Amino acid sequence: MKIVKHSFDGIIVGAGGAGLRAAIEAAPTMKLAVITKLYPTRSHTGAAQGGMSAALANVEEDNWNWHAFDTVKGSDYLADQPAVDILCKEAIDAVVELEHWGLPFSRLESGKIAQRRFGGHTVKEGAAPAFRACYAADRTGHMILQTLYQKCVSMGVEFFDEFQVLDIKIEDGVCKGVVAYEIATGDLHVFEARAVTFATGGFGKIFKVSSNAHSLTGDGPGMLYQKGIPLEDMEFYQFHPTGIYRLGILLSEAARGEGGILRNKDGERFMERYAPSIKDLAPRDMVSRAIATEISAGNGAGPNNDYVFLDLTHLGEEAIMKKLPDITDFVRTYVKIEPINDPIPVQPTAHYAMGGIPTDVNGRVLSDHKGGVIEGVYAAGEAACVSVHGANRLGTNSLLDIVVFGKRAGQSMVDYVSSTKASPLNESAADDLSNKISGFMEKEHTTEFSVAKIRSELQDSMEENAKIFRSKETLDNQTEILSDLRERYKNVTISDKSKVFNSELLEAIELDYLLDMADTTVASALARKESRGAHSREDYPDRDDTKFMKHSFAFKNGDSVKLEYKDVELGKYEPMERKY
Amino acid sequence: MEIDLKILRYDPENDKKGHWEYYKVDAEPEERILDLLHKIKWFEDGSLSFRKSCAHGVCGSDAMVVNGENMLACQVLVKEVSNPIKIEPIRGLPVLKDLIVDMEPFFDSYKKVMPFLINDDEPGDRERLQSPEDRDKFEDTTKCILCAACTTSCPVFWTADSYIGPAAIVNAHRFVMDSRDQGSKQRLEIMKDVNGAFRCRTAFNCTSACPRGIQVTKAIEDVKRETLLNN
Ligand SMILES: Cc1cc2nc3c(=O)[nH]c(=O)nc-3n(C[C@H](O)[C@H](O)[C@H](O)COP(=O)(O)OP(=O)(O)OC[C@H]3O[C@@H](n4cnc5c(N)ncnc54)[C@H](O)[C@@H]3O)c2cc1C
Ligand code: SF4
Ligand code: FES
Repeated sequence: MKIVKHSFDGIIVGAGGAGLRAAIEAAPTMKLAVITKLYPTRSHTGAAQGGMSAALANVEEDNWNWHAFDTVKGSDYLADQPAVDILCKEAIDAVVELEHWGLPFSRLESGKIAQRRFGGHTVKEGAAPAFRACYAADRTGHMILQTLYQKCVSMGVEFFDEFQVLDIKIEDGVCKGVVAYEIATGDLHVFEARAVTFATGGFGKIFKVSSNAHSLTGDGPGMLYQKGIPLEDMEFYQFHPTGIYRLGILLSEAARGEGGILRNKDGERFMERYAPSIKDLAPRDMVSRAIATEISAGNGAGPNNDYVFLDLTHLGEEAIMKKLPDITDFVRTYVKIEPINDPIPVQPTAHYAMGGIPTDVNGRVLSDHKGGVIEGVYAAGEAACVSVHGANRLGTNSLLDIVVFGKRAGQSMVDYVSSTKASPLNESAADDLSNKISGFMEKEHTTEFSVAKIRSELQDSMEENAKIFRSKETLDNQTEILSDLRERYKNVTISDKSKVFNSELLEAIELDYLLDMADTTVASALARKESRGAHSREDYPDRDDTKFMKHSFAFKNGDSVKLEYKDVELGKYEPMERKY
Repeated sequence: MEIDLKILRYDPENDKKGHWEYYKVDAEPEERILDLLHKIKWFEDGSLSFRKSCAHGVCGSDAMVVNGENMLACQVLVKEVSNPIKIEPIRGLPVLKDLIVDMEPFFDSYKKVMPFLINDDEPGDRERLQSPEDRDKFEDTTKCILCAACTTSCPVFWTADSYIGPAAIVNAHRFVMDSRDQGSKQRLEIMKDVNGAFRCRTAFNCTSACPRGIQVTKAIEDVKRETLLNN
């Protein structure tokens, strides 16, 4: 295998919003490269639709403390409050900065950035839904991704496009660099770098029905987990209430922010029963549970009674086309329904990982639950867990998270690089990966152990056993299934033995990360004997603040998972019952 | 239903040139062309290579030629195309393997138009103001996902790959028409170049190819007009 050596001060893995924002911060003062398995503009940040929150107060009175209150309450009190304060306070400058860089936000008549309502965001600590989400129609993420990439192009940031990082080198708790696979050639590249930021995005592909891209396989968290670094709060995975039935393609909460209503098979606006004050704009965990409950009570629509309706018909053609053009298109393209006239069949879809690589508020990766850090390794975006989203993220807070904490990770790289010296990493750093790949190339292919087969069983079983409602029974069952899949994965084989664009090889390696994500999700969920935010245990339906005001830390322990806990950092908001 | 697929394949490690391969796949009428490609790749022939990511028409990875027309494989359903389905890589860019082409020349053209906001004024600590009317002037071209469906459907581009191509002009339009931008002069110079906007022969292929419904030809005409006005 050909091995190419590079020397940089800093490497950023991933070119979504978080990676690009970090790059903009770090590039001016160091030799930096961004490595990405997709062309930057293909990153899933571009799929984000509804908006990015900041208390700009362009439409009505607002202040960042109310945003913080909503975020903490939305998190079911599991978010670390000092981190939430940073998120909400820095939000305002973050949005303004993006505008200065050219982001084409939708505008109010006054010429200011337009803002809309979104689930769980309120004024005056719950008084009424707030106009807080800054948006560009329903393609806000596309505009953020484009603007950040454009800024990188203007700065001449160096990119390695279609290079997949598959190994990180850490010696004695200190970062040395990464090893990447060049997708177009099959060559291995050793990147010496003393500061590395992981911004590889989420891992929705552990579930069958998901709003996530095929590329979202948890590479960053998986790579670090395999090196002994823990993963935080993995039991908290968000299911978005309105995915297109069976396909999982997202229909943004902006649809409800603009007045859309959820209805069951009888046309009833059922959210009135579950969240009397803010109804359809309740946080996602509640709405998804409400839908699941309606469906199990036989109130679902369709021949299998397994979906509900998102009704936009009363909004009028003009508002729909102006404010929700893309999701209207998705419905027309994939369901062949006209949303202006007919309600849309929807069901909850696996959407967002609250958990991930543990970091402090400066993006530094934690090595344990006691506050240890790994020198030179950073993480940001959906791959990371700061934690600002706790047990349930509010809509619009991830686009915010990626820019606020992407920037902070970039700053940390700058500080670290300026205070340390380069330390060499030689070609032999590629040995582990080279051996792994040779293993796949040499092993004869058998369809019984194909990647697709193991992966689809993983996705089907996670969908069945670890989705919205969980119990000891379903989770025990899933633990067994996962351990069987893990055994079978040891024999996984591929049929393509080529070097050029061998995506079957990459899918095989990604499957290992997916299994790690599923293992840690299920183990953490089994141990959390309470219901909080997105984690709902049928056998423990209540929140238990005496035992579980804690973040879980999942460590790899051979083929099993070892769990430790860290106290939540509280602040001015005392945990109270979550009612809307 | 059973679908017949005919795919133009090329393996640079073994083939001198591309060849057709034939597949039969069981599919629901509501499935995407991308789903069919996955069925082949995952359960029949793991070496079939194509790019993909989002699977719902927003990332721009999987432009290809389906039954003679450029489209995103993830945006077209089985029932919308006639059986047998013929799939080829997009034209005018070097084929690297199967349905994967070299995108570097495409991105180089994109970068030539300085696709970023140029404005040296001190912006202050709040957002710049822009009226909804001014914002609307470039709404259409902000939607571009750089999929290359337009550029690789353009007959001028097929014969002269030095032509900057519709996608780059769309991205120039995005900034030229933005009231906040001050870089139009430089950008329009580039458009005046022999390989710039005036090479366009208004064939309209680009507009019909664009999966985002961008009025590409209109954008090119806008840019030509601005260039002339700026002369
Ligand atoms: C459909 C949809 C709509 C959404 N809408 C909203 C919204 O309105 N508001 C909101 O706040 N949030 C929204 N979200 C959530 C939000 O968009 C994401 O959480 C966020 O964009 C993630 O950004 P990221 O930079 O962390 O990762 P991504 O944008 O996913 O980028 C990951 C990057 O990592 C790279 N990568 C991954 N693995 C490797 C590897 N091994 N080697 C090299 N590179 C690698 C990829 O190439 C990619 O560049 C939405 C999410 C979805 C799916
Ligand atoms: S203008 Fe349309 S077809 Fe051309 S690259 Fe952009 S999105 Fe693709
Ligand atoms: S896979 Fe993203 S556009 Fe088709």
